[in-house]
Amino acid sequence: MPERARPEEAPARAFWSGTITFGLVSIPVDLFAAVRARPIAMRLVDADGNPVGREYYCPEDEQRLSGDDLVRGYERERGELVVVTDEELASIAPDMSRDIELVRFVPLEQIPPEYFDHPYLLAPASRSTKAYHLLAQTMERTGRVGIGTFVMRGHEYLVAILAEGGILRAETLRFADELRTPETIGLPEPPEIPSKVVRRMEEAVSDLTRDSLDLDELSDRYAEGLSELARAKYDAGRDVVGAAPLAEPEAEEAGGEVVDLLRLLERRLGTSPDGRAAASGELRDLSKKELYERAKALDIEGRSKMGREQLIRAIRKAS
Amino acid sequence: MVGGVVVPVKLYSAVEDRTVHFRLLHAQDFSPVRQRLVRKTDGEEVPREELRKAFPIDSESLVVLQPEELEEVEPPASRDIELCRFVPPALIDDRWYDRPYVLGPDGDEASYFGLARALARKGVEGVARWVMRKKQYVGALRASDGYLMLITLRRADQIVSVAGVEPPARSRPDPKEIRLAEQLVEALEADFDPREWHDEYRERVHRLIEAKAHGESVEVEAPRRRRAAGGLADSLRESVRAAKGKRVA
Repeated sequence: MPERARPEEAPARAFWSGTITFGLVSIPVDLFAAVRARPIAMRLVDADGNPVGREYYCPEDEQRLSGDDLVRGYERERGELVVVTDEELASIAPDMSRDIELVRFVPLEQIPPEYFDHPYLLAPASRSTKAYHLLAQTMERTGRVGIGTFVMRGHEYLVAILAEGGILRAETLRFADELRTPETIGLPEPPEIPSKVVRRMEEAVSDLTRDSLDLDELSDRYAEGLSELARAKYDAGRDVVGAAPLAEPEAEEAGGEVVDLLRLLERRLGTSPDGRAAASGELRDLSKKELYERAKALDIEGRSKMGREQLIRAIRKAS
Repeated sequence: MVGGVVVPVKLYSAVEDRTVHFRLLHAQDFSPVRQRLVRKTDGEEVPREELRKAFPIDSESLVVLQPEELEEVEPPASRDIELCRFVPPALIDDRWYDRPYVLGPDGDEASYFGLARALARKGVEGVARWVMRKKQYVGALRASDGYLMLITLRRADQIVSVAGVEPPARSRPDPKEIRLAEQLVEALEADFDPREWHDEYRERVHRLIEAKAHGESVEVEAPRRRRAAGGLADSLRESVRAAKGKRVA
């Protein structure tokens, strides 16, 4: 239940597994985060350089807790907690958690940038990639992006599905009521502006207008300074400790091994030579929860009672 | 802040948190759990003042950075938003946009609204840099309905690029399927209207919590089934028919 990446798990972990429905056509997919942790994501250590991690504990008995010991509660009023289980959260929206139904197709440029939340990549999750390619090509030809919603871990996500170079990707979008507007913030109405002022601003803007970006301006000079400092200390052998694999990133940033993600995408798309058995061949690399999600997307009966091996067999048969 | 022109602004977060926040509870006694930082080697709690940040050099070594060293490489505090250049919005990838802020005028309305007007008329976005909470930010300055908005940008190297991944040639859909799929997209085409979408699930979660608080049993909806059994082309044909029917009704 804690939504933190566990280091012992496969590096490329799906954020969501389910089905995109496009009319009556269904496309099983896995959604992967397309943002990687920043190179300067620092680790937490103690003064001697030992790895430090977060853990949950019960203040009543000081006992250390793992995911299985935790449930979710909602504080309705002060001190009044209502316990809500994952099953209940899933059961109030059975379809919503399994499908992204594309109910609208809109021009990408109509989506205001403040709506974009997080980018993802979509990898096909069934052996047949025909419908995946069809949707990607159709969206590219028509210049439209599909809009739908899905539910995961107690949240509903509004999502835009985009196609680029034959690959599907997604952007989760904010809901309109999650954005403040100048009116709700209480800014004054735009007054009449003397045209002299506007002209002066236009000139200032024109002077600085270019037709390309400068990557240097977009870079993080602070991060570079930090990295230089760390390397200098490393070369001098000061404060260097062995990287314990257990040391957790300082912030909970998403991101996995990018190389693995791209390789996975190629295998699933059938681009790489070992692509044939791809979708099922790597089932063994998945966690039981991921296998279960996959089984759910494929509507496999009796999946909740299956063990790992049974799930793998059933998924192979169904996909 | 624009080529010698100073526009005083105030920064407001444009994001309103509407998530249903749950607390994690210990399943045994339903007491809210707490988090603590422990040494992974012996499980002992580490007090805040003994915490350090370590920079990963490679998979084998970390360099521990002392608090005073970190302070030295911090960007100097500044209240200025520096505008580097203005560019056509198409140059900014949608994946870079991160957190939006609304800017408001701070004492000089004429220059604030004048700049908003100028950006809208020129159809450009500004590349801005500023320091906030000891961190350096890069953002896009844009006009939105007569006001100014600043959206922080992710760095290009943070985005997983799929430029090198090519779909295989052998899976080209046939022209008939493409035609049908295009008809389906056309039937579902619309302008993007954000007000059309509501977080329906959030409402259901609130209803679930209320029902449980009153000791009511919770109804579980049976999943709908609308899967087509035929081939891709048949499914598409039927979908186009259904979508067009919906339009007329």
